[in-house]
Amino acid sequence: MTNAPKTTALRLVESAAPERDQLKIVIVGHVDHGKSTLVGRLFHETGSLPDGKFEAIKAMCERRGMPFEWAFLMDAFQAERDQGITIDTSQIWFKTEARDYVIIDAPGHKEFLKNMITGAAQAEAALLVIDADEGVREQSRRHGYLLSLLGITQVAVAINKMDLVGYSEERFRAVEAEYRAYLESIGVKPRVIVPVSAREGDLISGPSANMPWYTGPSIVGALDSFEKAAPMVERPLRMFVQDIYKFDQRRIIAGRLSSGRIRVGDEVIFSPSNKTVRVKSIESWSSDPAAPARTVAEAGESVGITLDEQIFVERGDLISHVPDEDRAAPMETDVFRARLFWLGRESLSEGKRLKLKLGTLEAQVTVERIEHVVDTGDLATGAATHVERNAVAEVVIRANRLLALDPYEDNPYSGRFVLVDRYDVVGGGIVSMEGYADQRELVTRRATNITRVEHRITEDMRVARNGHKGAVIWLTGLSGAGKSTLAVALEQALFEKGYQAYVLDGDNIRDGLNANLGFSPEDRAENIRRVGEVASLFASAGMIAITAFISPYRSDRERARKAAPGRFHEVHVKASVEACEARDPKGLYKRARTGEIKEFTGISAPYEAPDAPDLVVDTEAQSIDSCLDTLVAYVANACRS
Amino acid sequence: MDRLSALEAQSIFILREAFNRIDKLALLWSLGKDSNVMVWLARKAFFGHVPFPVMHVDTEKKFPEMYAFRDRYAKEWNLTFLRELCPPVEEMDETLPPAARSAARKTAGLKAAIAKHGFNGLIAGIRRDEEATRAKERVFSPRGDQGNWDFRDQPPEFFDQYKTEFPPGTHVRVHPLLHWTEVDIWLYTKRENIPVIPLYFAKDGKRYRSLGDQDITNPVPSTAVTIDEIIEELRTTRVAERSGRAMDHEAEDSFERLRAEGYL
Repeated sequence: MTNAPKTTALRLVESAAPERDQLKIVIVGHVDHGKSTLVGRLFHETGSLPDGKFEAIKAMCERRGMPFEWAFLMDAFQAERDQGITIDTSQIWFKTEARDYVIIDAPGHKEFLKNMITGAAQAEAALLVIDADEGVREQSRRHGYLLSLLGITQVAVAINKMDLVGYSEERFRAVEAEYRAYLESIGVKPRVIVPVSAREGDLISGPSANMPWYTGPSIVGALDSFEKAAPMVERPLRMFVQDIYKFDQRRIIAGRLSSGRIRVGDEVIFSPSNKTVRVKSIESWSSDPAAPARTVAEAGESVGITLDEQIFVERGDLISHVPDEDRAAPMETDVFRARLFWLGRESLSEGKRLKLKLGTLEAQVTVERIEHVVDTGDLATGAATHVERNAVAEVVIRANRLLALDPYEDNPYSGRFVLVDRYDVVGGGIVSMEGYADQRELVTRRATNITRVEHRITEDMRVARNGHKGAVIWLTGLSGAGKSTLAVALEQALFEKGYQAYVLDGDNIRDGLNANLGFSPEDRAENIRRVGEVASLFASAGMIAITAFISPYRSDRERARKAAPGRFHEVHVKASVEACEARDPKGLYKRARTGEIKEFTGISAPYEAPDAPDLVVDTEAQSIDSCLDTLVAYVANACRS
Repeated sequence: MDRLSALEAQSIFILREAFNRIDKLALLWSLGKDSNVMVWLARKAFFGHVPFPVMHVDTEKKFPEMYAFRDRYAKEWNLTFLRELCPPVEEMDETLPPAARSAARKTAGLKAAIAKHGFNGLIAGIRRDEEATRAKERVFSPRGDQGNWDFRDQPPEFFDQYKTEFPPGTHVRVHPLLHWTEVDIWLYTKRENIPVIPLYFAKDGKRYRSLGDQDITNPVPSTAVTIDEIIEELRTTRVAERSGRAMDHEAEDSFERLRAEGYL
């Protein structure tokens, strides 16, 4: 084709021009450490500036009566140019011989952390800038920490303004050592640390005569050494349902594969509903009606699928393969730990209700506990009741329903979330399931074809014979709070009054019924689930089942309550950790303190006290006898026939 | 996955989010290379059906080739097409420089169209590489009740989570092409065989790189008569894409002012 045809539209059929590789890099660092100048210099030296841009910047500077300022390349807003600070993140394209780059400039001001995160979260690699003269500052550390939270592991560091320190190798080594130690302490291994002078152009795209002692790569060399992030094709399939369309008699489930592959004919499972179904087709639209139907799609693709059975599906459902040894399904839980950064104008406090968005999933959640606030400066963790704006904290989040998700290290896409308060995104973070059980097994009903036996003996008949109703008296509390003591005493007191009562305790259950369970979070949850079911059977038989288990997690106790509807009585046997540790009847606290027992409730694992227990007995404030009297009175009233 | 496929997948994800989260939504079609790609992506996202109106805010000063293109493809692509007119230039802010004042007609026409149809969201084909204030945009960019853009306090955007909760009176601009570059648009146009207005190809040593109103858009020197030649030209040029758009250059912040008021 040599001339453009004079038709209204032109269709083209030439061979494809090659695509160049493109990498997104974020530039972060403390304010005034020279990020913008470094970017300007990079553009200048790689010949990436559009015609007239240099002149335009020069004119802007002259108008303001100031020396040439590279920062104006990225600072597009009048307010940024007037105040000399970057307010919002910006993006600008440049190229080296190796490939194309998008440079994402992120504001260094603490005030604009949400904009810094907005910029950095889109990057595949990061360049951290530190002023050689000023050294490592608050934002240098905070930004490094946030990069690791955002999952950016490819990091290069530029120690800038070497001209101000006389190109001193000694100064460089000191700043390098300090910052390397910090990064390594948060699990980030810097690819390279380069001494530069952005203003003078040392070591930006080539060697520097001013720093012959440095033999590593220049900034351009460091950037070119970064690798492209590949979509997570080899990880287990994860696809959040984004929408359901009904077009041309097809019911299409639309979504984007965040990891793995999906094929026509695959048996997939929808979580948290646990429904399984087969993929009937992979739908796509093509302008070419002769294009063959697709049979497979991969991580990164936005697709549509149809199913061989019309099951109920909702936006937010997470699609994976039916689990096997290599392909784990996502976890199901209503509680998880999170490391989060808080961007809200108001500080975050315990009990705060928010909306969680994870993939396309949305749920109402409560920030149940603030475990600690992380000082990103020295990484010290301190107890706190509030998380201030722009701070990082570890918290426990509880949802009002079961969620399907993954721990962040297993799958970043289904293991990260944002929090929304009214209209605004106020925080974001990553999921940890440490100490919490995958609840999928606990809610999955495997047995089918069950017909319940119709008893000929009614509940009323049992009550009439026993003289009291059946019940589950569920004692929960820390180790050493007095549960077993009270349980045994209660059993005896009730027996003497003519009640049918029996104690289920950890030792008698773990010896037999639960002999096959260990102490992993899943096994502990299963232990409690079985106790709940057994206690429920006792209660159905008209007896009073007294249980004495720490049962630290609210979800487990709620499940036990559901197993015995109307007959479950939660009793909080209350005593402080200090009091329990002082009693230490089994010597367990001592062993936990020495590290001999890991994940010990109250010391290294959480105890979730009941929110609204049916009864509280405080063994620290009252004597055992007085607690027992309270309990007996409660049971007598609750089980009155 | 190659880069164009990755861009396509992300844009489709964004279009589907917009459709799911925002009721009363429309897609702005300026007939240029970018919005043609956008309409194409919408057809892909929704399996050949564009489930919201496609609106042209018409200054009545476009090139005849553009009108011919619009009338043909609105039908061929089975779009729910809306055409809305802009008010006369005499009604625009007198303090704006002349070309910016002319461009402001579009903003006024857009505001009137939004009010008339009650749209809560508009999908627009702006790109970050076009212009420096656009580089700072969000994918979901909330606007005040006057269409104004508060660039000093933009919502955070990360983990593919966009701002989709709004107080009454807010309206949102959705930008599915934000991360595409001019070269990407051409590579994709070629790969997908998307129809193109011939004004983009060189004639008598000049071609249009960006199509706006006839009176404020100028062609740039070029010999590129095929898409491959355009791509080659863009890879070596140091001329900014919008250098042919007069209103960008009248004052240091004239474009920023236009955008803060609601210009695309």
